[in-house]
Amino acid sequence: MIDFKRLTIVSGHYGSGKTNIAINLAFDLKKLYNNVAIADIDIVNPYFRTKDSEELLKSAGIKLICSPYANSNVDIPALPQEIYSITDDLSMRAILDVGGDERGALALGRVAPKIKQENNYDMFYVINKFRPLTSDIDGAIEVFSEIENACKIKFTGIINNSNLGKETTIEDVLNSVDFASKLAEKLGLPLVLNTVDEKLFEQLKDKVSNLYPLVMQKKI
Amino acid sequence: MSEKVLMKGNEAIAEAAIKAGCRHYFGYPITPQTEIAAYMAKRMPKIGGTFLQAESEIAAINMVYGVSAAGKRVMTSSSSPGISLKGEGISYMAGADLPALIVNVQRGGPGLGGIQPSQSDYFQATKGGAHGDFHMIVLAPASVQEMAELTVKGFELADKYRVTSMILADGTMGQMMEPVSLDFELAEEVEKPWAVTGTKMGRKHNIVNSLFLKPDQLEKTNIERFERYEIIKQNEVRYEEYLMEDAEICIAAFGIAARVARNAIDEARKQGIKVGLIRPITLWPFPEKAFADASNKVKQIISVELSMGQMIEDIRLSVNGKVPVTLCNRTGGMIPSPEQVLKAIINANEGGNE
Repeated sequence: MIDFKRLTIVSGHYGSGKTNIAINLAFDLKKLYNNVAIADIDIVNPYFRTKDSEELLKSAGIKLICSPYANSNVDIPALPQEIYSITDDLSMRAILDVGGDERGALALGRVAPKIKQENNYDMFYVINKFRPLTSDIDGAIEVFSEIENACKIKFTGIINNSNLGKETTIEDVLNSVDFASKLAEKLGLPLVLNTVDEKLFEQLKDKVSNLYPLVMQKKI
Repeated sequence: MSEKVLMKGNEAIAEAAIKAGCRHYFGYPITPQTEIAAYMAKRMPKIGGTFLQAESEIAAINMVYGVSAAGKRVMTSSSSPGISLKGEGISYMAGADLPALIVNVQRGGPGLGGIQPSQSDYFQATKGGAHGDFHMIVLAPASVQEMAELTVKGFELADKYRVTSMILADGTMGQMMEPVSLDFELAEEVEKPWAVTGTKMGRKHNIVNSLFLKPDQLEKTNIERFERYEIIKQNEVRYEEYLMEDAEICIAAFGIAARVARNAIDEARKQGIKVGLIRPITLWPFPEKAFADASNKVKQIISVELSMGQMIEDIRLSVNGKVPVTLCNRTGGMIPSPEQVLKAIINANEGGNE
């Protein structure tokens, strides 16, 4: 488990798997603290939202902060009004699931000044090297910079979530760790986690450091 | 083996188009196909291509007309309501014999409808799609890999026959992520001596136009175009069969419906029911013969569709009353479940044909 700050922001290229990671981290956080929320501040994508896991989060006692339009098929960009509770309620611990790439990350800029003022956060860059626009170091850094510029907050770590869906092999994961290490080194940031489908965890746990078993959320 | 990447169907279309030599994309955003435009916006400037977000779908299709007339590979993409807006331009392109790739990632209709997947633009795509006598080649992918491969094929066929090709996908195909290999055969370059590229004082003017004020001349161009369509019908029909060798019941389904149907067929086979699948890959030209042949050996054909039943009409024409053709469907953005299809198979096996 990672060493949580009060706020943990998860961002990355769309389709990098950040929503799934955000939900997994929210469950970890709930083991440590009582007042835990997950905030979906994606204003771009009408599909595959945090709200898909609403029941699961509710039953675990994790508060879901999301737009009233999420999963309603009303395809308009909107932020939840409760977004300010994230920065105003200092007794709350939260995971922030930020929308994909620079357009999605723009919304985070609204609360960025307060987040930076409080200075008790981490922001992780989720990378999947098997996604075409982030498959090389240059591409990954380009998306990284676009997100930072859009949301006005600097990343503090890298989460390697490289996978090919159900076809992911042990070798794929091992190769991706080299890639993510190089990326982290180039960006001067720690490689916080290497995530892997929980089904592959046992086979990899002695070979990869900071290995994190991901519970896959059902998409439909 | 080549390295795979994890892509959304929409991204696979965009990347495959670039690999097919397309350097000109014109579009207007609409869910659930916006990733095509977003991907092009990122990639085209890096490879010396053009990405342009037009002020409307109508503007976009007319930009496609212009680039196509200049002999370049060009595409546009949209979802159902946006394709309706492009209809005029698509008809003009047919009238001027201009090739291009048009992508329709369908959503529920009619009207603004919704943003969930649908196959209810089948009629629009296969019966012309706008005014006048014409057809498009219509390709129906059923995986992210096919989204890529049929995009390449679509450009190639469009150039070869001077027609528009349409990728008829749906919201699930556009949004789903699957590993895909982009190491496939690239589209053949086709000579375009008809293109408007400047005479350089060395040849006669080329004219690209869909206006024919003399009716006998317009009739002649239409008849000649339909002679070309006959050649397409003979050479370009594509479909896939699954477990049809001993099948007594035939499922007909394309795109996402075919994936659902396969799950139901596997389950029915476990129960000892002899059922197979014909999956049209070209919806126009339609695999008429495959269904006519099937009608000689199966007792019923079930058309599984995300519409009120559109492809079913082409199946009925193909089998000409020989066997009952029934419908198993959901519409408006809903997807038939494998259980629903299995129920239809069991019903057919017990002799029901309602």
